[in-house]
Amino acid sequence: MIKKFQSPVGPISKIVGKSIVLIGDDIDTDRIIPARFLKCVNFDNLGQSVFEDDRKNLKGKHPFDLKSNKGSSILIVNSNFGCGSSREHAPQALLRWGIRAIIGESFAEIFYCNCIAIGIPCFTLPKKLVKNIQENKNINNSLCEINIQESTFKSTFFNFDLEIKNSSKNMFLSGEWDATSTLLANKKLIEKKINDLPYTKFNQSNELFETI
Amino acid sequence: MSKDTLFDKVWDLHKVSSLPGGSDQIFIGLHLIHEVTSPQAFGALKDKNLKVKFPSRTVATVDHIVPTDNQSRPFKDNLAEQMIETLEKNCLEHKIEFFNIGSGNQGIVHVVAPELGLTQPGMTIACGDSHTSTHGAFGSIAFGIGTSQVRDVLATQTIAMNKLKVRQIWCENKLSNGVYAKDLVLHIINKLGVKAGVGFAYEFAGPAINSLSMEERMTICNMSIEGGARCGYINPDEKTFSYIKNKLCAPKNENWDEALLWWKSLKSDANSIYDDVTKIDASKVEPTVTWGITPGQSVGINQKIPLLEELPPDDQFVAEEAYEYMGFKQGQSIKDTPIDVCFIGSCTNGRISDLRVAAKVIKNKKVSQNVKAFVVPGSEKVAKEAKIEGLDKIFLDAGFQWREPGCSMCLAMNSDKLIGNQVSASSSNRNFKGRQGSPTGRTLLMSPAMVAAAAISGKVTDIRDFM
Ligand code: SF4
Repeated sequence: MIKKFQSPVGPISKIVGKSIVLIGDDIDTDRIIPARFLKCVNFDNLGQSVFEDDRKNLKGKHPFDLKSNKGSSILIVNSNFGCGSSREHAPQALLRWGIRAIIGESFAEIFYCNCIAIGIPCFTLPKKLVKNIQENKNINNSLCEINIQESTFKSTFFNFDLEIKNSSKNMFLSGEWDATSTLLANKKLIEKKINDLPYTKFNQSNELFETI
Repeated sequence: MSKDTLFDKVWDLHKVSSLPGGSDQIFIGLHLIHEVTSPQAFGALKDKNLKVKFPSRTVATVDHIVPTDNQSRPFKDNLAEQMIETLEKNCLEHKIEFFNIGSGNQGIVHVVAPELGLTQPGMTIACGDSHTSTHGAFGSIAFGIGTSQVRDVLATQTIAMNKLKVRQIWCENKLSNGVYAKDLVLHIINKLGVKAGVGFAYEFAGPAINSLSMEERMTICNMSIEGGARCGYINPDEKTFSYIKNKLCAPKNENWDEALLWWKSLKSDANSIYDDVTKIDASKVEPTVTWGITPGQSVGINQKIPLLEELPPDDQFVAEEAYEYMGFKQGQSIKDTPIDVCFIGSCTNGRISDLRVAAKVIKNKKVSQNVKAFVVPGSEKVAKEAKIEGLDKIFLDAGFQWREPGCSMCLAMNSDKLIGNQVSASSSNRNFKGRQGSPTGRTLLMSPAMVAAAAISGKVTDIRDFM
């Protein structure tokens, strides 16, 4: 049975999983999720369509189709990843395929923000180091661990320091990246507010509002 | 920083907390949803194992994708059917009131909420739709939100938002005969520009605004967003209160008295401070028509399409794009431009008063042979009222098509679309490239009266020559 998809929630301090390497600069969001998949009522099926056209062209040889990459959660990319259209569908598709963190030389700004909003931390590394990792034959055989507090990447084969903006780091550690949770934390204040508003009282007699 | 304006008062009243990141957590008094921007938000709730916090504070209707010719289910368009089914399912599951087709209360979300009395002064109102600014006509603070914020409102009844600055747009004198709210708002957007409102709430005030009916005020606030302002509002007055009175969801009996008392206390203080004030002379506004591809590119009916060199340098690039796309020459007059399609409807001008004005223009006349004209009432209630008054017959007799309520050719998510590079005279709010369903289609925005006049004469016409 396919495991039910679960969005990240709350504070994120650690990501553990296998790494998957995707090589190429300027991979845009149209390639990550082609425009025709935007006509949808949910993001649920986007996972299977991630890189759809690229994958079709490579006939099973695309990294997202290789057996050895199955179940991976840390994506290693090159520069300007996620450029182009601002669609949130792109990180959503990656997330639903199983990606929980991305390491790359650089990211497009909107893509980076969209990733934060849905709980995917993105880290940067110098070009050379990314290349080293991407060329390592053992990369997808070992379990890796990203520690956000310490900004480190550890695995059986190599350990190195990652770079992440301080503000982003704090958002993940505190859980504030997830606006819903941050807002929900003030549950008591919200309930007090609804009771204090003048109009919740005088609208109580009408059917629509009565169940407050 | 603004102080003691209606915006400040309503904002402060709804503020739940200051968030560490610098924004405010704002309580949303009324949340409206429709089929296009809500499904992913419900999906996100499910993913996070969350419930809708206050289901009775969210109200749903279906508008964007509904066909306006044959509304029998399942819809011909599979995707449209899937979208309405998803909304039905979500509303049922989360116990959200849903005004579906045939309920008597369905229609464009921004037409429906005011006519039900849901929209009230002093409320915060949010909807995953940029024209939520419409509701500001009642002295509420209303703005469009994105899908992730729809999720947040469902889950918490609050959103994180930075407080807006407030610009008062003071409209002096009165509109002259044949000039309508639509002309005034097009004129304002032309004068201030389409980006001027970014980061602002617009307070529309002054004698010209006070003399407008509630429906005309909605037209003004509706297009705040075309001027870049996420929110536009008008201080409530007697007209506001009497419009709400006796509506289905209006407060009743002693609650009404209590509501009235509070509503009357709600307005910008005489000495309130604005971040900016702009004055407009309403008596100088002519019937106004857009000639370009942004709502700011408009001219009075007797003016010429501006020459490139007359425009500020920042506007020249998009002007060149507009001449080319629209097929207009600089300095050409807009009057007498041949029209292929006439559309009366949308959340800007699809209300009963809009239909009345248009019907008056076309009564006992015939739509020009070259024109395909149709009317799409803003809601089932508007359609019903129009039928009682016999307006549908006037339109049909003149050769208009009379359709079922929905957004229709405002954005062409259903099968009502322009074909090729047809030119439409449209009472809607956006003239972006391709907006009305054809990638080369051309839209001229104008008042419903002007659309009606164009339908009869087959070309852009000064409504005042018709009166
Ligand atoms: S009528 Fe047009 S602008 Fe209004 S809600 Fe519908 S699509 Fe949006």
